[in-house]
Amino acid sequence: MIQLRNITKSYHQKKVVDDVSLTIPKGKLTSFIGPNGAGKSTLLSVMSRLIRCEEGEVMIEGQKLEEWEPKKLAKKMAVLRQSNHMSLRLTIRQLVSFGRFPHSGGRINKEDEEKIDEALNYMQLQDIQDKYLDELSGGQRQRAYIAMVLAQNSEYILLDEPLNNLDMRHSVEIMKTLKRLTQELGKTVIIVIHDINFASCYSDYIVALKDGKIAREGTSEELIEEKVLKSIYEIPFKVQHINSQRVCVYY
Amino acid sequence: MEHFMKKRYLLLVLIVLGGISLFVGVSELRLKDLIELNQNKWQLLLTSRMPRLVALVVAGMGLSVSGLIMQQISRNKFVSPTTAATTDFAKLGLLVAMIGVGGSGKLIKMLVAFVFAMAGTVLFMQMMKRIPIKNIIFVPLVGMMLGKIVGSITTFLAFKWDVVQNLSSWMEGDLSMIMSGNYEMIYLSIPIVALGFFFANQISIAGMGEEFAVNLGLNYKVVVNIGLGIVALITAVTLLTVGNIPFLGLIIPNLVTLYKGDHLKEALGHIVLVGPIFLILCDVFGRLVVFPFELSIGMTVGLIGGLFFLGMLLRRAKYEG
Repeated sequence: MIQLRNITKSYHQKKVVDDVSLTIPKGKLTSFIGPNGAGKSTLLSVMSRLIRCEEGEVMIEGQKLEEWEPKKLAKKMAVLRQSNHMSLRLTIRQLVSFGRFPHSGGRINKEDEEKIDEALNYMQLQDIQDKYLDELSGGQRQRAYIAMVLAQNSEYILLDEPLNNLDMRHSVEIMKTLKRLTQELGKTVIIVIHDINFASCYSDYIVALKDGKIAREGTSEELIEEKVLKSIYEIPFKVQHINSQRVCVYY
Repeated sequence: MEHFMKKRYLLLVLIVLGGISLFVGVSELRLKDLIELNQNKWQLLLTSRMPRLVALVVAGMGLSVSGLIMQQISRNKFVSPTTAATTDFAKLGLLVAMIGVGGSGKLIKMLVAFVFAMAGTVLFMQMMKRIPIKNIIFVPLVGMMLGKIVGSITTFLAFKWDVVQNLSSWMEGDLSMIMSGNYEMIYLSIPIVALGFFFANQISIAGMGEEFAVNLGLNYKVVVNIGLGIVALITAVTLLTVGNIPFLGLIIPNLVTLYKGDHLKEALGHIVLVGPIFLILCDVFGRLVVFPFELSIGMTVGLIGGLFFLGMLLRRAKYEG
């Protein structure tokens, strides 16, 4: 379980995350939503030790984040940020193999190979696994990064805007994969997402942030409400029920 | 291309070229002399030709490996010990050792040069962090400017203490003075290169960026410092034994990663073969083109390397991706 207690983080005296306390449900897909600058990505980075917060603490399974041994934590939690520009010329398989580093320390054994193949299959990359990253489309590259995180085989998976650069087909595939991870493998997946309808249709739990604070949190049914969304985004919303899914119209 | 670039072919090429290079030189040496156990000729082979070849091979390995490590850590294909001021700082260190401790032993000189090279490279990396322009070309140009500034300080100090003569022998890589008894320090490069192999995966992960490294549970700063330490040590050792061979750490890694990719563990095996092959070719060329005199290896490689660097600049779009 991940618990956040009174997290505060500021840049240049401006509080980007302001006294946020939150408990992330285990084995579920949780989405962070909210307008630009609400502090979603910062909160995710603080949770995943990429950024230090000045106040508050992050507890991973009852233990403070900074007290975790880095290698151990890397087996427990994997994170992928949106700005994953990489200058190294690696093949997909090489990239995914690095996901096994916390487990094998670079000496890939048989079990590692299996996990790498699994991750490649899961993201449907096995046919192009020997292609170099710079030869791929944005969507393929994004899937390759996610495959690396899967190979890490951690209980918690944190992704910052995983649908960035993806067309609708690949967005749906990624969201379905993330959902499957929670349902089939019991993983806890936390994502930052802008597309409110993807959040609505696939999340188990949604946390809406605004101005660095939690505006609302709850299940998809509780959160995807016209009034709630209007107060968060400050534009009129219509929520329609289509095939038992809640779909927002806000154009 | 990869088919022709199998490691065993490269090794074969290296052995053949190395063998040939033993028989190139002013004093004639023929296979027949060696078979007839001519003592003078064997003497020539063992005290001059062999040391020269060994120095060439080890320097080629070391400089090429340190170039690739440098490029991964700085995440820039244009950065090498030559373009990141590492070599110039090492030279300054050498001079300081000469002035400070007089005709001190080679080991002391090497250590002082190493400390300077390390400090200078760290300084350069810190500068890069603070300068907002992250242009891939701008970075090595700043490094070269920094190198020139340090170089002029070195020259000034050398004049002041009247050691220009002594220093100039290290300014440009020259193999004609290599004899058994004065080059053995180059062997130190071998364990350092081995260290590079040992940390290859860690260095590659650091090259993927700090966030990737943290995610995979790696201590980013420690790995970066180990990498820079390897680079600084190799630079210092090579400078003291064969002198400065500019741009080698830029050419070889860029050639090899072009067909082999940037996975350090995979590329290193090729790097340690292609580097020496290239150096031997340059050396044989330098010895034949103005026979019976010779062009120094530093000049030959510097010329080819300069052109290569220029070509890279012009093709930058491809590398920026």
